[in-house]
Amino acid sequence: MIANSFEYSSPATLAEALGLIADGAKPLSGGMSLIPMMKLRLASPEHLVDLARLPELNYIREEHGELHIGAAATHHDVENAPLTRGKCPLLAETAAHIGDIQVRNRGTIGGSVAHADPAADYPAALQALEAKIVLRSASGERTVSTADFFIDTFTTALEPGEIVVEVIVPVEPGLTGTSYQKCLQPASGFAIVGVAARVRRDGDNFGPVQIGITGLTGTSYRATAVENALTGKPATEETIRAAAAHAADGVDANSDLHASAEYRASLAVSYTARAIRSALSRSA
Amino acid sequence: MPVSSIVKLEKLVGKRLRRREDPRLITGTATYVEDVKLPNLHHAVIVRSPHGAANIRSIDISKAQALPGVLAVYIGKDIVGVGTVPCGADLPGLRRPAHHILAQDRVYLVGHPVAVVVATDRYIAADGADLVEVDYDVLQAVTDPEKALAPGAPSVHPEWPDNIAFTFHQNGGDIDAAFAEAEVVVKQRITSQRLVPNAMETRGVVADWKSNDRSLTLHTSTQIPHLARTLLAGMLGIEENRFRLIAPEVGGGFGSKLNVYAEEALMGWISMQLGLPVKWIESRRENFMVTIHGRGHVDYLEIAAKRDGTILGLKLKLIQDLGAYHQLLTPAIPTLSVLMMPGLYNFRNIQAEIIGTFTNCVPTDAYRGAGRPEATHGIERMVDILAAELNMDPAEIRFKNFVRPEQFPFPTATGLNYDSGDYANTFQKALDTIDYQGLRTQQAEARAAGRFMGIGISTYGEICAMGPSVATPAGGWESATVKFEPSGKVTVLTGTSPHGQGQETTFAQLTADELGVPIDDIVVLHGDTSIVQYGIGTFGSRNTAVGGAALFYALQDMKEKVKKFGAAMLKTDEVIFEDGHCLDPKTGASVTVQQIAGAAYRGIVIPKGMDPGLVVTKFWEPPNFTYPFGAHIIVSEVDPETGQIEIKRYVAVDDIGNQLNPLLVDGQLHGGAAQGLGQALWEQGVYDDNGQLVTGEFMDYTMPRARMMPWIESSHTCTPSPVNPLGVKGVGEAGTIGSTPAMVNSVVDALSPLGVRHIDMPMTPEKIWKIVNGSKA
Repeated sequence: MIANSFEYSSPATLAEALGLIADGAKPLSGGMSLIPMMKLRLASPEHLVDLARLPELNYIREEHGELHIGAAATHHDVENAPLTRGKCPLLAETAAHIGDIQVRNRGTIGGSVAHADPAADYPAALQALEAKIVLRSASGERTVSTADFFIDTFTTALEPGEIVVEVIVPVEPGLTGTSYQKCLQPASGFAIVGVAARVRRDGDNFGPVQIGITGLTGTSYRATAVENALTGKPATEETIRAAAAHAADGVDANSDLHASAEYRASLAVSYTARAIRSALSRSA
Repeated sequence: MPVSSIVKLEKLVGKRLRRREDPRLITGTATYVEDVKLPNLHHAVIVRSPHGAANIRSIDISKAQALPGVLAVYIGKDIVGVGTVPCGADLPGLRRPAHHILAQDRVYLVGHPVAVVVATDRYIAADGADLVEVDYDVLQAVTDPEKALAPGAPSVHPEWPDNIAFTFHQNGGDIDAAFAEAEVVVKQRITSQRLVPNAMETRGVVADWKSNDRSLTLHTSTQIPHLARTLLAGMLGIEENRFRLIAPEVGGGFGSKLNVYAEEALMGWISMQLGLPVKWIESRRENFMVTIHGRGHVDYLEIAAKRDGTILGLKLKLIQDLGAYHQLLTPAIPTLSVLMMPGLYNFRNIQAEIIGTFTNCVPTDAYRGAGRPEATHGIERMVDILAAELNMDPAEIRFKNFVRPEQFPFPTATGLNYDSGDYANTFQKALDTIDYQGLRTQQAEARAAGRFMGIGISTYGEICAMGPSVATPAGGWESATVKFEPSGKVTVLTGTSPHGQGQETTFAQLTADELGVPIDDIVVLHGDTSIVQYGIGTFGSRNTAVGGAALFYALQDMKEKVKKFGAAMLKTDEVIFEDGHCLDPKTGASVTVQQIAGAAYRGIVIPKGMDPGLVVTKFWEPPNFTYPFGAHIIVSEVDPETGQIEIKRYVAVDDIGNQLNPLLVDGQLHGGAAQGLGQALWEQGVYDDNGQLVTGEFMDYTMPRARMMPWIESSHTCTPSPVNPLGVKGVGEAGTIGSTPAMVNSVVDALSPLGVRHIDMPMTPEKIWKIVNGSKA
């Protein structure tokens, strides 16, 4: 449980950090996944660059109807900041489900997103929120959609030398109800299945709905079949059940010690229904 | 001195005193093995087998040796003259594999130590361990005990191709007559899965050999300092009186440190080779892999009964997963299961067979309850299955079969002699507390509404206060020394080795009451073989029931001694000893124990026939075990959609005899229940077919968390034990034993409308979901 020796840099500026990363250094943020892998010698980077201490990456602010969250914002920050709680409660609620208090105090949104663990919590919310992920390297910056960012297990749109610098989520319209419902793996606290729902009403019917699901398969996804089965239909339990039944449609479910593919898919249906119910009850 | 000046002291026994140990524990100032730092301390890291079974073709240590900072690298062939790891259990025909402290030419389990690297710091030692190259010829492993017994299975030890370490039979009464008379027989296969003890502190050793004195000091995280010293001295070929073993602060054991481990001898040997102090600290991964596991049963049970519910007899075939080797008590643990199979029930016909089975897994051994949880789970499940077969209420069938109060002392079918109890009374109290009849009505309503509500009962008995020496491999007595210092302060040395049980508090309470001195004047020491007289240690709920009794008798002897000094000082024949004073009833004159202590050491007043000083040592042999019992009832509800189980209520009524400190009793019961529920619901040591421990870290092995625990409504009945003068029985294991079958019985009861009779542990949500879904199909 002792890592190989490595070099550690804690640069003062993002530009300096990106320079080191361009030279092959590995970015370190909260270290909640990387450090355990290093201690088990499953990862042996020669040079770590600490991003978590960069003031340039540590912020949550509102601009032009969107919340901009710096990559070094901790889960605790996202869970508790008045801006996220008040203007993007789905993200704050999701952050509160991550790991335990020690993990939330150190882990960062940028690190979690870049790591792309298939059982991480944030991706479900980011999918439902249609969030934008801002990536930067020494040679420039680009913005990608959540749907384009998450590609597969531990695989993202990040190019070599690029890091996540910011996550942009919409300021939630007041009438939208949101909810994150999670079946947690009891040992690790990761999601066996996590479902984030955003629900608008249209009279007695469902209006626009966004559903993001994590944990079920190699990467998070938008459950469009569920969304389509809700929008325009009566906001009833019957509609919810019928729609949630499509949560795992066309998805190759993961299987492990804690949940077989068959059980996981069944949980996805149950927790999708729960998330829709809960979000509906919070919508106006 | 006038009588009126003697202040009546508050009695402390029975009070909810907070532990005196806690401030150092919660402020991080306690000294664990990892905190032991010595000049020139070197560090060892062990290279372990990644394979469940393999022949070692060759080991290349040259790269590790060449690493700057590496002092030495040792492999199996270097370990000459060191004894094998001992097993204290003695069963007829027991096959004993030679358990070398480093693998010789073959590895038998993942984690088997193959080489050890010693370096100037722990980081270099870890890098060095990575550089040791071992060429393995990988062999087929076997990790499931039933598969190990099947014809053609791989052999764990080639010299014993059938993988059977021993078979053991115990019969009582006339089992054939019982089954011939039976009107009903129920059978069930019941497993008790492997559990990882997971003490908060992993193991660790600091060894320090001083060649000039030919003396070894070994700091090790153990529950049995004296026994470990005796056994390790034998392995290392050194003299016991030149071997100081110190168990410093020990961060939990639960039986996993009731042992002697290869690493303890290995560090001692390395220190002797190098003439340097050396430290090894077990990583959490190593703790999962190579510290003993608990349980590991596959039981085939049959109960014979009459249609009115009267139990006539029980048959048990117990397949014990022993692992690859015997640790200290490995083969003995299932024999404890057999002893406790009759539970609280009044039947005298039993037939038991144990098949001790080798597997390519880490050895099983004592883990909180050690054989008794498995037995209680078996009998309590079987009684429920019988009740279901007979369509009887599970409460009614228990009342029908309990040993009755007038039958004590009760000789059981397995040769025990239950000391005392009133099982029906305790059970009735639990039923009343939870409103059993009301619950059954609620359950009927819930079922009518399509909900799955369950009520699970467990009425358990256990065997504590290990134990009479005839029944304990290394002796079952315990020792205590009580010393007045010249100032009148009191030092207590206990031969037990508390590691979380709180005897520094409870023994001080007892001492304060008996000697009439303030509790702050009392210090309780333990765990250092150079300070404390020989003792047996802490396990099997014996600390208070045996060690406390030894202390009680030492205190009585001390009081007699104090009285003789007091009488001499008061120049009278007879004094009364009360509230820390000796009082002459004729004159009303008195002296304090502090004055007496000072006088006894100054030697000014030495009573006729007495020696100076005030020190008493007592070794006490218990005449019997003690037999606590109780009733646990759990109300649960199952969500059929997800298979998730919610505990609605948990009522526990335990009879542990008298209590020295009810606050610590609560702690023991709560912790015990958490571990029992852990087995029922979450924990499992799972090996794959290659011998890899799949649940080898906290990411996959589900330890119960505070948020997962129900509120426990705990109360007591009290039938004091006649076995010891304190009337205590022991509480270390009660919660673990009572909780598990109550939980399983509750969920089986919830799902009984689907025809469910049994569910094996752990009852994971997926398992429940499959049962519910399967029944729909």
